[in-house]
Parts: sequence; structure tokens; C-alpha cells
Amino acid sequence: MSPIFEYAPAPESRAVVDIAPSYGLFVDGEFREAADGRVFKTVSPSTEEVLAEVAHAGAEDVDAAVAAARRAFGPWSALPGSERAKYLFRIARIIQERSRELAVLETLDNGKPIRETRDVDLPLVAAHFFYHAGWADKLSHAGFGPDPRPLGVAGQVIPWNFPLLMLAWKIAPALACGNTVVLKPAETTPLSALFFADVCRQAGLPKGVVNILTGDGSTGAALVAHDGIDKVAFTGSTAVGKRIARTVAGTAKRLTLELGGKGANIVFDDAPIDQAVEGIVNGIYFNQGQVCCAGSRLLVQESVHDELMEALKRRLATLRVGDPLDKNTDIGAINSAEQLARITELVDSGEAEGAVRWSPACELPERGWWFAPTIFTNVTQAHRIAREEIFGPVLSVLTFRTPDEAVAKANNSQYGLSAGVWTEKGSRILAVADKLRAGVVWANTFNKFDPTSPFGGYKESGFGREGGRHGLEAYLDV
Amino acid sequence: MFADATASDTALRRFLHGLPGVDAVGLEARAATLGTRSIKTTAKAFAIDLAISMIDLTTLEGADTPGKVRALCAKGVVPDPTDRTAPKVAAICVYPDMVATARQALDAAGGRDVHVASVATAFPAGRAALSVKLADTRDAVAAGADEIDMVIDRGAFLSGRYMQVFEEIRAVKEACAREDGEDAHLKVIFENGELATYDNVRRASWLAMLAGADFIKTSTGKVAVNATPANTLVMLEAVRDFRAAGGRQVGVKPAGGIRTAKDAIKYLVLVNETLGDDWLHPDWFRFGASSLLGDLLMQRQKLTTGRYSGPDYVTVD
Amino acid sequence: MSEMSGKPGAHTRLSVLKTYKLFVGGKFPRSESGRVYEVTDTRGNWLANAPLASRKDARDAVVAARKAFGGWSRATAYNRGQILYRIAEMLEGRRDQFVAEVAAAEGLSKAKATAQVDAAVDRWVWYAGWSDKVAQVVGGANPVAGPYFNLSTPEPTGVVAVLAPREPSFLGLVSVLAPVIVTGNTAVVAASERAPLPALSLAEVLATSDLPGGVVNLLSGRTAEIAAPLAAHQDVNAIDLTGADAELAKELETAAAENLKRVLRPSAGDAGGEDWFADPGTRRMLAFLETKTVWHPMGV
Repeated sequence: MSPIFEYAPAPESRAVVDIAPSYGLFVDGEFREAADGRVFKTVSPSTEEVLAEVAHAGAEDVDAAVAAARRAFGPWSALPGSERAKYLFRIARIIQERSRELAVLETLDNGKPIRETRDVDLPLVAAHFFYHAGWADKLSHAGFGPDPRPLGVAGQVIPWNFPLLMLAWKIAPALACGNTVVLKPAETTPLSALFFADVCRQAGLPKGVVNILTGDGSTGAALVAHDGIDKVAFTGSTAVGKRIARTVAGTAKRLTLELGGKGANIVFDDAPIDQAVEGIVNGIYFNQGQVCCAGSRLLVQESVHDELMEALKRRLATLRVGDPLDKNTDIGAINSAEQLARITELVDSGEAEGAVRWSPACELPERGWWFAPTIFTNVTQAHRIAREEIFGPVLSVLTFRTPDEAVAKANNSQYGLSAGVWTEKGSRILAVADKLRAGVVWANTFNKFDPTSPFGGYKESGFGREGGRHGLEAYLDV
Repeated sequence: MFADATASDTALRRFLHGLPGVDAVGLEARAATLGTRSIKTTAKAFAIDLAISMIDLTTLEGADTPGKVRALCAKGVVPDPTDRTAPKVAAICVYPDMVATARQALDAAGGRDVHVASVATAFPAGRAALSVKLADTRDAVAAGADEIDMVIDRGAFLSGRYMQVFEEIRAVKEACAREDGEDAHLKVIFENGELATYDNVRRASWLAMLAGADFIKTSTGKVAVNATPANTLVMLEAVRDFRAAGGRQVGVKPAGGIRTAKDAIKYLVLVNETLGDDWLHPDWFRFGASSLLGDLLMQRQKLTTGRYSGPDYVTVD
Repeated sequence: MSEMSGKPGAHTRLSVLKTYKLFVGGKFPRSESGRVYEVTDTRGNWLANAPLASRKDARDAVVAARKAFGGWSRATAYNRGQILYRIAEMLEGRRDQFVAEVAAAEGLSKAKATAQVDAAVDRWVWYAGWSDKVAQVVGGANPVAGPYFNLSTPEPTGVVAVLAPREPSFLGLVSVLAPVIVTGNTAVVAASERAPLPALSLAEVLATSDLPGGVVNLLSGRTAEIAAPLAAHQDVNAIDLTGADAELAKELETAAAENLKRVLRPSAGDAGGEDWFADPGTRRMLAFLETKTVWHPMGV
């Protein structure tokens, strides 16, 4: 990158978002304090500044929210689909109107670059509501029988990596199908869900249809264990997903899980190399690598390994790490001190196990939680960094010699969420994509999302799909 | 260095078809992403002046007259009469018969350091016998052209006669020899809009560089699709890879359709992030443009005065 | 099944009894444990000794099913359909045998047993026809907002453990097994504990129907004993709990969480929640399918 053409800071204005000093739980159409008065603070990961104080929901609050959702379920599910559709269309439009505000808010609370919240998260959030709005009055044509019924009250627990987008993935199909919801956002990123409550208010959504409970893991555990819910939808770690699966065993609750991954990004020697480099970068450094479907394992054909590594390192040197609100920032802050510690621990293990670590020269801010984009070469299948989900900007590079070896290594994982294939040969794409045991395969691209495109994993990456016609199944009694 | 690649028709074809492919969607997405870079304050002022100094200020019309060319030259030397700190453009680009006029006008206006570039080789279609193209080139060089913008034979390229295209570029390059022993710099125009695919743009880039091009240039400005950020990006990658593979440093010139300062800055961002410092200089990057200068000057005035400017405050050609 | 031929004074001929065996990897082994248990008719008369499969038999069956998965899941849908249809053909030819076995096992009249066997034959035919249609019904192109060709296709989830319903012993078994394998999964089946003989005889049909060895593995014995290691097995991808009671189902679902198996819960109501003669729909096939979505850029 040129020192003679250094971009001046281009910060997005914080003035578009007005964060209150404290927020309550959103239950039955109103904000209220937690029954036991507990609160916790939410912090901006890039500055460690306290953004707001948020109510911490306990068992009593879970009871109240589930009861509110239950009361709302009858009338909501009895509404003609066309009316439910109109509420969802309203929500989609209001999100579009308020997208800059919500993008800045998300960047503040999560630490991800404004470029991503502005260009990826928010457009997809609005698109998700818009897409599902259209389903609400067409469910009888969705292939689940002539008059598919909703399940009832859905308890939904979402992660911190795409707070508002994961909310949209959960709430939009649930409401379209006629369910009501109690949603718990992640402990470290509660704000956009609370702003979404305000969007529901503006849309005139009937009270109790959407309830937002902020809190920590104990709140989520209480929600999924609650007798009054009919459906559990969870996105998060595989460890927690397994706990939830045990919790709902023997009950009538339906369950869908969107869990971890260790996506293989396979680059063949005939790949479109410049685009492959972009795809690798997008695959693992998008959202600081805190993406369940990240292409965290790069499988490179040995014959192009050196050339590709050189190109990749050259490209990494142009990544801009820093203030997430700067419109030119490519890599923002790690979401929490806890997550940073986990990344650091796994990276240390990579070095200890003999892999070769490399990062471009980059200055990290003093305050906040940061991790430089990192590449590990000389990684083998046996290394922890090739098997465990790091959930950070860390790429593990392995090599292969033949297509069969690439597929075997790619599939050699407890996970099966995503994979990438880079080759100019069409028949090879189809053959390899066919053999990969992963729910989403990106051929000559990576990390693309769309509300019409079903997303979800094989194996321990979870079950059920979100998005598209397939995603409706998770919220219908079929 | 690349002698093997050009040893025979077959070898050349094999080499060009062995270059990595270009995925169109990924390429365009990358170009679009770089287009979202937000350039502010000092960086913007720097970029605007750099862009002005990289312009090949162009008039290539059947209606060109000495008067029109002299006006253009005057503007190229003193882009903003109200602000003498505005840099000169890099070159004035005209048809061969206007080269002498342009040289005289530039010299008279104090622009000895502003180059005269001339299109040649039966521009823009290139449909003439090689002997005519070479005569066209020698004529322009003899009249004082510092730079020759030649067009390749797209028909030959598209029908796979790569060696013919290669030999033609070589011959034109030889025809660029001046009496003083220097060569006029050779810019090779592909007409990307007619090559149709990015794979072809990449192959044409390598072909031209192997044949001796000093610059590679996107287009004539005379067809529907001219320079785009995406097809320029392919060419930037090609010059980067050519040098990395042991070849010379080759310049890049997008031309046609770049009309606003905002557009120009996007191209500079492409250069900056793909090639870096080494190419951020008029010796290595040019804009082929006519109306671009006006918008750059208006933006420059805005930065200087804090007020938005208007077309009445920049000179017309 | 043993009977004397009845003419007074004539030679009595002792019938030849069948030794019932497990069906694993296309072969008919005895239980590695060497154990058998007594199977009786509904009045308590001895019918046969069935193998009492052990956890090691379950383990071997999983190995066989995993080994068969690659080939079976890659077989063309057309080929799988033909093989399922072949099973129906073979079964039709041995219809009388199965009617007798079902009648004995469940104490049914010949008419009722016949209805059950006929329905089972027809069920194989029904699922045979699904093999090359399910992908079109549940897969397809997704109109994403961008220059991408985006296609979702169903794929088999892998090795599926199946607890066959306690009854109907034969139609129930076919109704849970056929939807698992038609889409390319391989199966390890625990037959009805009380009435395993029709299931074990089905193995003889499967073995002569061009079905590759290991695609279906049939175990008889104590359902709880066989199911526990299957539910906990890390190389089993899914489990159909139809044959488990509520208590066992909860225990197995909890164990299945360890590697996040896909779980098909038993229908509400103790084994009586399902109308086995009704149109089965697609539910049982979909329970053991994954959706894979592939994105391809569209550019020249």
C-alpha cells in the first residue's frame, strides 16, 4: 500500500444513533425492568466504552415473556396470512429507512466494520423480512400440505456475530408462519434487538408477538427449558447446541440448530487466482473471522501453494485494521475479551504444534480487543487449528495433491456447514461440490447469503435450514 | 525472459491460454468494493492533483481543427486560469495530422513538458494493411509525437491469430523509433469492449507486454463499452504479475467514460491497492479523457474555497 | 412352525426348521454373543429362536452400513428405484411365506395378515417410485439477488439407525425402512423385539434383490439393548425412534445429542399413533435428508 496515498480517516457519524443510558426487557409490547432488577452493561469492543445498561432477564421474566407470547399466539395465528404479511412488509421498510442508524449501532455494539454492517448486514436484514413477508399468505403453496399450521411459541437464542441478521433469520420466518416469539440476543450484543423492538412498535405489531429478553447464558437456558414453548431455534456454538438438544429430548418441542463449522476452502491449480485470493480473504477475514461458515481451512493444491501464498500475503498487507466506524476499515474489533482469549489460546497452540504463523505488519489500537489477520502454513489435519473452530481472523493452510485427497481432507471434520471450491473447470466444480459433506458450497465465491437460499449444516454443524422455502419447515407443524 | 512463450504460434497460444482465468463475478465484486473506499480531505486533494497530472487530454473527432487543438493545449498547460497551482496534464492526445499543431501550441503556452500523444494504426478500427498502419505511425512520430496509441487487430485476436497481433505490435514498436535515437512510448489499445471477456483482456495484456508495449490501454472511447473499473483491474493485475515474473514495469491507461473526479479517484484506489506507489505516477498510469478535467477542477475549487463550483467557472475546450 | 403331517398310520415327516440369523453387511451371521431368545406366537407357542444381538453386533452393523454408504448414496436414483422395485418383486413371489409368518407372529387371521403383506409390497413399490422424484420436489433453484446460479439439492444424511415399530411387525418395518434407504441412506434396523421373524425373513428377500450388502442391516433382540449403543455411536448420523416407548425415546434422544444426530421421534401414543395403511407422505424421507446449497457465479 502506498504511503504517498494514505487515506485520511473517514468516520461514519455516530450522531445518527441515539443510545439511551439504559434499556429494559421488551415483553408484551412494553419495556420493563427485570423482575429482580438485575442489569448488565454492554460495551463497545473497539473502545471498551460502556454503551448502555441492559436488563438481565431471570426465570420470572422468561415466564412473563412466554405467557405474553402465548396470549398473542391465538390472535396472531388466526390473522389472515395477508395481514401478517403486511406487518412484515412494514418491518422490512422501516428497517430500510433506519438502516444507517442500525448499521452504526451494530458496529458500535459488535465491533465489526461499518462497511459490513452498511453493505451486508442491514441490506440482508431488510431483504429477509421482505422475503418472508411474501410467504405469509402463500404457505399453502410451500409444499407442506394444503393448510400448514404454526407451531406456537418459539424460543429463539441468537449469537453475537451478526446480531440483527440472526434476529431476522429467526423472527421473520417464525412470524410469517404464524408463530409468536421470545428472542434472546447475545449477552455482548443486545442493543440492535432492543432497537428492533422499537421497529415493531413503529410497525404497530400486536403486543406479545415479539418479545425480547436480554441476558446471559442462564437466560437462554431458562428459555429453552421453559415448558411453555413449542419450538427452540438456536444459533451458536456446537457445545451449547448439544446441551440444548439434551434439554429438549423427550419433549414435544421442535428443534433447529445452527452451530459451528470448520469450512474448507479448496483451491485447485487452475483456479481464477486473483478472485480466489479475494474469496479466501472474504472467507476468513469477513467479520474478523467470527463467522460459523468461515473458510477457516484453506486447502491448496501443492503445485500452486507458493504462488498463492505470495499473492495472499501481498493482499493481506492491504487490509485496513482499526476503527470499525471508519468507512475504509476492513477488519474491526474482536467482539469480547473472552473471544480474544479463545483466539489467542488456539493460535498459541498452533505455534506450539509447529505450524508457521504469519501476519502482515499492522498497528492495533491500544484500547479495545484486536487480533491481526493471521495465516498459519505447514498445518496438518492433526493440528488443533485444523480441527477446532477458532472463530477469529486466523487461516489454517493445508495442501493436497489430488481431488480425492482434497475432498477427503475437507470432509474429515466433525462439522459440515460450509465449503468452497475454486477451479475454472466446471465439471470439477460439480463433482467436488457433490462430494463435499457441507450444507452450503460456494463455487468460485464465498460467504454469499440470500434470504431465498437455504442455509444450514451437516453433522455437528446442526440441523434444519434457514432461508428459502426450506426454512419455513422449521416453523410449521409438518 | 519469456522467449519460450513467443517461440512459435503454438507456444504463444499455449502460454496465453495457460494464464489463470478470471471469474467475472468475483472480479466485478472486487472492483465495486474498492469503489466504496471513502477518500477525504488531504487524501482527496492529493488524488485530484494526481489525477489531473495523469490525464491524456484528448480530442479525437472528425471535426477537429487546429483551433480546437490549440484551445485544448492551452487548457492542458493551464487547467485553471484562476489557480496556477493546478498541475498540468500529462499529454495532449490527438490524431496524427494534428500532432505538429499540438506540439507548437504546447510549446507556445509554456508546456514543453506536456507530451503529445497520437493515436495511430488506422485508429479506431485498425482495419488497414500493416504497411498503412506503420506509415501512420511513422508519420505521427516524425511530426513530434512522444507517445503512440496503437490499436490491436481485434479480428486477428478473436480468431486466435495471436502471433499476427504480436508481430504487428512489434513492428509498430519499431516504427516508434525517433531520429534522436529515443523511441516514442507505445501504448497498445485492446478495445476491451470488443474483446468481450476478461480472460481475453488478460491474454491481450500479456500479449502486448511480451511484444514490447510500454503502456496497455483499455479502449478507444469509440465503442459502447470502454474503460470499466473491472477491466482496468484485470490489466493492473497483469502488469503487476508481468513485473513479478521478471518482466518490465508497464503502464496502464483506462480511456473512455471516465468523466467525474469520483470516477477518477476510484481508479486511483484500484491502482493504489493493486500496485501501490510504483504506479502512482503519470509515467505509469494515465487517464484518457476529455470532460474529466473539468470535473476534477470543479472539485479542486471546492476543496480550495469550500464552496461548490459550477461549470461556468471552468474553461471549456 | 413345526408340525406333524397328520394322516394316521402314514409316515410322519418332520419339517425342516429355519435357523433365523442376523443380516449384516449382506451376510447372515449369528450374533457374535452366541445368544438367542425364544420367539413365540401370541398364544405363547414357540416359533423359533431368534438371535439376541449384542452391542458388538450393533457396532459391526454400523461399520457395514458406513462401508456401504458411499456406493449406495452415489448410485443413480434410477438404479436405487429399480432395486427397491426388485425387492417388491421378490417379496411378491414369497407372499405366502410372509403371510404365514405375519399371521403366526401377530396372531392375525390369514386375511388380515395378507392385507399387511400386500400393503408392504405396495409400500416398496411406492417408495421405489420416489427415488428419482424427491430431489425435484424438495430441491430446486433459488432466485438469489445477484449473478449466481444457486441450487439446493437433497442428500442422504448417512447411516440411520431405525427402531422398527413393535407392530405391525412387517408392514411397520417396511414403512420405516424403505424411506430411509430410497434416498441413499444406509440403515441399521432393530426389528420388533416381540415379532422379529418376518423382519429376519425380509433379509432373505433383500439379499436376492441386487441390494448391495450393508445397505440394510437387520438386528433382532432387546430393542433397548441394541438401541443404546446406536444412539450413542459417533458414526451414526440419524436415528428413527419409532419403535421406542416414551421413556426409552427420551433416553436415546439425549444420547443422540452427543453428535447431534437427526432424530425422528415416535408418534404420539404408544405405537398406535400411526396409521400404517395410510398414504405415508414424504415426512419419513425428508427426516433423513440434508439440503446442500451450491452457489455458482454466472459470468462470461
